[in-house]
Amino acid sequence: MSALPILGVWLGGLALNIWLARFETRVTRTLVAVIFGATVILLWEMVVRIYAVPTVILPAPSQIADSFVANRSILWTDFVQTILRGALTGWLIGAVAAVLTAIAIDRSPFLQRGLLPIGNFVAALPIVGIAPILVMWFGFDWQSKAAVVVMMVFFPILVNMVAGLKATDAMQRDLMASWAAPYGAALWKLRMPAAMPFLFNGLKITTTLALIGAIVAEFFGSPTRGMGFRISTAVGRLDLPLVWAEIVVAALAGTLFYGLVALIEKKVTFWHPSQRT
Amino acid sequence: MTEAVLNAPVARRLRLPMGDLLPILTVLLVIVGIWYLGAIRMNAAWERDQAARAGVELTLPDLVTRTLSQDRPVLPAPHQVAVGLWEGVAGQAITSRRSLVWHAWVTLSATLAGFAMGTAAGILLAVGIVHSRSMDQSVMPWAVASQTVPILAIAPMVIVVLASAGVTGLLPKAIIAAWLSFFPVLVGMVKGLRTPDAMQLDQMRSWSASRAQVFLRLRLPSSLPYLFASLKVAIAAALVGTIVGELPAGATAGLGARLLSGSYYGQTVQIWAALFAAAILAGVLVALIGLIERATLKRMGLAR
Repeated sequence: MSALPILGVWLGGLALNIWLARFETRVTRTLVAVIFGATVILLWEMVVRIYAVPTVILPAPSQIADSFVANRSILWTDFVQTILRGALTGWLIGAVAAVLTAIAIDRSPFLQRGLLPIGNFVAALPIVGIAPILVMWFGFDWQSKAAVVVMMVFFPILVNMVAGLKATDAMQRDLMASWAAPYGAALWKLRMPAAMPFLFNGLKITTTLALIGAIVAEFFGSPTRGMGFRISTAVGRLDLPLVWAEIVVAALAGTLFYGLVALIEKKVTFWHPSQRT
Repeated sequence: MTEAVLNAPVARRLRLPMGDLLPILTVLLVIVGIWYLGAIRMNAAWERDQAARAGVELTLPDLVTRTLSQDRPVLPAPHQVAVGLWEGVAGQAITSRRSLVWHAWVTLSATLAGFAMGTAAGILLAVGIVHSRSMDQSVMPWAVASQTVPILAIAPMVIVVLASAGVTGLLPKAIIAAWLSFFPVLVGMVKGLRTPDAMQLDQMRSWSASRAQVFLRLRLPSSLPYLFASLKVAIAAALVGTIVGELPAGATAGLGARLLSGSYYGQTVQIWAALFAAAILAGVLVALIGLIERATLKRMGLAR
């Protein structure tokens, strides 16, 4: 009998969505996604309450929200330590280094042909594994986390930037040549702007990698703050609502980070077909 | 990661023409050279310290040879890692706990199990999404948004929680691997199943093909290049997921546990050997899928 309300909510949400999906407008599309998310959270809450699932296995969304509100200051310290100091610093350093490297090897096809396959290969490797080594070298604080992030984001951005610098076609380059544009001017005025969509593709992919690198590196040693540290110690104390609150922070930070980069992309590459609506 | 999957067929041409061999070797040589210099520099402090304590004056050649043969170097030299790797692979019985082959097998089995689960789920859901508009509008935005969430970072927690629920062994790691390989496959497969354009679909309709026929003879074949591209991303992600899943304290088997125990006891050579074993494993798995891809696409007449 206790399964009836759960089934009811599920079927209700499903029917509502099937009905709404028939209208192909922007509002209903957003509405359908929101209803789906809300239904999942509602079902989660109901299942946990009705079947009395132990908090140790799966806390209810309301418990997580309570923990989130109660631990605001802890969550904020962890956010500053892991996201702002570790992930963001490392991501910026890695991105700048990758772009500079791409420009440096721009005039040498030999180096490009050598570096690109290696870069593609390295991008598929489990680079997080380098975390214990970097923690040994740079100590427990955020510097080692930033170093891990640099290693993780460097090659994806490099590969994209090199591809981007090649993205102009012969006609455009000929035009630059017929204006007698020197290398620097052609690079700055034609090829750099043309590379931006590729660069931002790389930057967007690596936002998630940066967060992963910063959090996972904390499992190998950290000061007594940081999201990875909090997750592993809270699991040890079986304080699962706090763990989930950290996950919510990570999810929000990840989405925000990605959204921010996407927003800058929209401003920078407004001329690109994919940005026109 | 979404974009990586979508652009994959264009961006990931890993085939190497022979002309690239020389540049690649040169770059590799430069990397190894930098590595040796780095090893000498980073290990020198400790050697100088030792020499000063013993009251011995170190000559430069002496210093170099010593820094490259330390027991617990800050940065092991490439040949030390190679020896560590070789001893781990060939120097032990395969069933021994010190054998890298054994640890790699533990990791590999969980990776493959998770990869199979994640791929199956991804393909099934993609088929559902392509055929049901309400599912598309409900699930897809969340699937895409979930790509921005650092799922991997909570992997150790999943392991501990599942262990407290009585699920241990291969399954928890496989679940993480499945979760990570699920999204690339889902996104790539949805994109692939949607590649047939209106003309091709109209052609099928004019032959009065049923939905199943359209799916089996048009959508599925044209999705395969996208599927393989995302499978490569997915298996690499599955391997990373399994390794991170082996990190929580208590795990004793697998390449991830090897990394962790190495970092606890300062066994740098062991860390590097495990790292390279993982890299080789990833390379082999991706290459294997590339091989299957080429054979399949060739038989279908789609190969370039």
